[in-house]
Amino acid sequence: MRLALFTTCLVDAVFPQAAQATVRLLERLGHEVDVPTGQACCGQMHVNSGFQKQALPIVRNHVRTFAPVLDGQWDAIVGPSGSCVGAARHQQAMVARRGGDEKLAGLADAVAARTYELSQLLVDALGLTDVGAWFPHAVTYHPTCHSMRMLHVGDRPTRLLRAVADLDLRDLPEADSCCGFGGTFALKNSETSGAMVTDKARNIASTGAPFVTAGDWSCLMNISGALDRQGAGVRALHLAEILASTREDPWDPGPGQSGAVRAGARTGPR
Amino acid sequence: MNARSTVLDAVRKALDASGVPDPGPAPRAYRVEGAVAARSTEAVDLFVGRLEDYRATVVRTTSAELPATVAAALSDVTSVVVPAGLDLSWVREVREAGVDVQVDAAAAPRTHAELDAIAAVLTASRVAIAETGTIALDGQPDQGRRALTLLPDRHVCVVAASQVVGSVPEAVRLLAPHPERPLTWISGPSATSDIELVRVEGVHGPRDLRVLVVQDA
Amino acid sequence: MSTYLGMPTVRPMPAHAPDEPLRWGQSFPAAAHDTLRDTQLRANLRKATHTIRDKRLAVTAELPDWEDLRDAGAGIKASAMAALPELLEQLEASVQARGGQVHWARDAGEANRIVTAIVQATGAREIVKVKSMVTQEIGLNEHLADAGIEAIETDLAELIVQLAGDMPSHILVPAIHRNRDQIREIFDARMGDAPDGLTSDPATLAAAARAHLRARFLRAEVAVSGANFAIAQTGTIGVVESEGNGRMCLTLPRTLITVMGIEKVLPRFEDLEVFLQLLPRSSTGERMNPYTSMWTGVTPGDGPQEFHLVLLDNGRTRALADEIGRTALHCIRCSACLNVCPVYERTGGHAYGSVYPGPIGAILTPQLLGIGGSGVLDPHDPAASLPFASSLCGACYDACPVKIDIPTALVHLRDRVQHPPGHRARPTVWSVALGFVALSMRSGRAFRWVGRIVPVLARVLPRRVRRLPFPGSLWTSSRDLPPLPRQTFRDWWSAR
Repeated sequence: MRLALFTTCLVDAVFPQAAQATVRLLERLGHEVDVPTGQACCGQMHVNSGFQKQALPIVRNHVRTFAPVLDGQWDAIVGPSGSCVGAARHQQAMVARRGGDEKLAGLADAVAARTYELSQLLVDALGLTDVGAWFPHAVTYHPTCHSMRMLHVGDRPTRLLRAVADLDLRDLPEADSCCGFGGTFALKNSETSGAMVTDKARNIASTGAPFVTAGDWSCLMNISGALDRQGAGVRALHLAEILASTREDPWDPGPGQSGAVRAGARTGPR
Repeated sequence: MNARSTVLDAVRKALDASGVPDPGPAPRAYRVEGAVAARSTEAVDLFVGRLEDYRATVVRTTSAELPATVAAALSDVTSVVVPAGLDLSWVREVREAGVDVQVDAAAAPRTHAELDAIAAVLTASRVAIAETGTIALDGQPDQGRRALTLLPDRHVCVVAASQVVGSVPEAVRLLAPHPERPLTWISGPSATSDIELVRVEGVHGPRDLRVLVVQDA
Repeated sequence: MSTYLGMPTVRPMPAHAPDEPLRWGQSFPAAAHDTLRDTQLRANLRKATHTIRDKRLAVTAELPDWEDLRDAGAGIKASAMAALPELLEQLEASVQARGGQVHWARDAGEANRIVTAIVQATGAREIVKVKSMVTQEIGLNEHLADAGIEAIETDLAELIVQLAGDMPSHILVPAIHRNRDQIREIFDARMGDAPDGLTSDPATLAAAARAHLRARFLRAEVAVSGANFAIAQTGTIGVVESEGNGRMCLTLPRTLITVMGIEKVLPRFEDLEVFLQLLPRSSTGERMNPYTSMWTGVTPGDGPQEFHLVLLDNGRTRALADEIGRTALHCIRCSACLNVCPVYERTGGHAYGSVYPGPIGAILTPQLLGIGGSGVLDPHDPAASLPFASSLCGACYDACPVKIDIPTALVHLRDRVQHPPGHRARPTVWSVALGFVALSMRSGRAFRWVGRIVPVLARVLPRRVRRLPFPGSLWTSSRDLPPLPRQTFRDWWSAR
């Protein structure tokens, strides 16, 4: 398949490792990945903050950048974020319509129909659950709200994780409870958000797994921020980073990472 | 403009302003028939199980044994009130046992204070729902007015197996021809979950619900 | 006046009785600042909401057609809204045909005056009340008190709230913020006829309430109720309850006054078969609530012989004018959205500063006050902060028995707050910041350059950032900053 990577703005600028891993994974599976340079953001932050008018040019840029999928330039679009793919599917047409641009709304819906969240692409479009990954560590999985309730990814991510060689997947207590991120909610209602993520981090730490994963770096940014604050010694990784890891090309903790993760990660304390 | 026309006018203006198209008729793909067939043994079993979940007391009986079952359900009380239209053969043995059986007739209704002082009430019922363990009363002469089944602390209610339907829609459709009758749906004894959402049986309504299921009726 | 040890440790929540039931004064973040610190409240709420969540899931999973019922409920509500004028006129005629009297009220004040006049005409100085959200919304009890009429709440939780001097903090369980020990204390201190040696056992507390209210039920001449639904076709009104206090109020007094919002009307009697399945399973997590009472006008020889129905607008037509926000009017007040909400679970209902708390309150309250449709709400009004009091996690939408898309309505109302129709929005910190960010997100080229700020920051900032000045402190108050990358993805991609 020829796949266009919808990097998402946050991953592009702050968490490039998720996009790099997505590229590595998809190329390893024999697909061709393209990164349209015109992309910037899906507009979700503005929409969710009450600025739909300001979101309109952002949405227009996104839809135009990925519209060539409709002419066959790519077979599909894939994004390593349930939230941003959810915004493309559920918000962009609404923003266009409210801005009086019916044509853009129609285009947005058509492009969104070809846009997949990573686990949905792997399981539904590519028919895979075992992607040949190897990750010899205990991991707990946080189902992000938008992937779960907006995109209905269901058990796709955990099916993918269970197929990873030597991975010990640990159940997360109160998994379906929101981490408290919510975009600008984390700032506007900072204390409530803080109370939510503190509970989430505590539940994650209780699994004893040294890694927590999810399909979205925005939630992981919130979660790992709280885990670090609590000194939990749990590291956050995007699902793509785990699926990209193989025996031949294992996950690299990166320069300057704590030795604890490298050495103690094989089996975490229960 | 008076309030009525102001409100109705505001409603019409709001509907116009919203520009929402008429949604058309609601989808009704839900089940009308319950998972168990009305009047079946399965329906009666389910109904009994549900009621017991609510901590109601259920006794299965037959029409021949009903007077004895009624007497047993009232063996520890001194007085019971019954609606004027009740089949009086049901209370034959209770009377013989010396319980004061008072009849609440429309011509001489008991006062609320009198009803409050009576220990129990015995009535028939209109329809019962297996899936939810619900008994519906519709105020007909064999069930009496609403105060009757409310003030005495024990409600002994007779349900015939032939009155048990499977689902809520079946019961609603059975009651629909007479929407003007005052309806009371009862699912177990009175209860509250207002303290820490812990269910406690027995508040203002009858704290003791005893259902006599007549299997051959 | 004497004071002694153990005397009133019961403090009203909130501390000061609000003037307006729909708007108490503080914005959500400010109110949450206080409630989040109440560890007792957090524990009470956590226990209660988790209990009810599990029960609801068990009884909804039991029905194979639960999703079909939700679709039917949503569809019936949508078609009822579309035909609202006709349905209200039909309801009025049906009730009148069965001997009831129908009154119309434009707003809270008018409804209060109508009810007060009816009570005064009976000569009663005391009325009994069935739990009702709408009479909370209009502040009926306070209005009656001003007229020298005592309103006695008979629902256990409402009684607790009334005795404590609290505001309700939950739609279904208004005293959810109080635990059994606090309730025992409230009864001990405020319920004149509380038995000696009262314990914190819920059954004992319920028995005390029974004894306290019994005489009041028997002597009551007038009752006031709300309505869970009203059938236009037949004039049948329904009240769903558990304790039997509803039956007492709806049966024993001579005069019954029912106040209902105009959105509660349903077209046909058969519609009950949908809502009597959706409501109990969603609200208390029971297959059916213990008691449902339905009555049609007046029944000679049975129950109240004088029946008044008050139909209330009070901002509902403002909400109705909003194509998205109007779905808030479909609400059947089951409170499932509160019970699953991660925000409500932590802040409690009082943080919402309205009788309608939780996710549904966050979209209903501001609309009743005038945010939807052509309405305008000052962005600095405390109620304008409510649509932002959500992480948009969507748990409420999944739980709603009539499928109100609360997250979409929240997002829509946020836009209404920032851009009131027909008004030029005043610039705020947020609008300026997001406006600047938006400029960088209109093209890949612009974003590429702006994104490069991050690797620059990575070189400047220490590896672990634990404290930032305001507004960065909003993030670092409970989280570290993530380690920043040395290269953006697209620079990595083009260098590859």
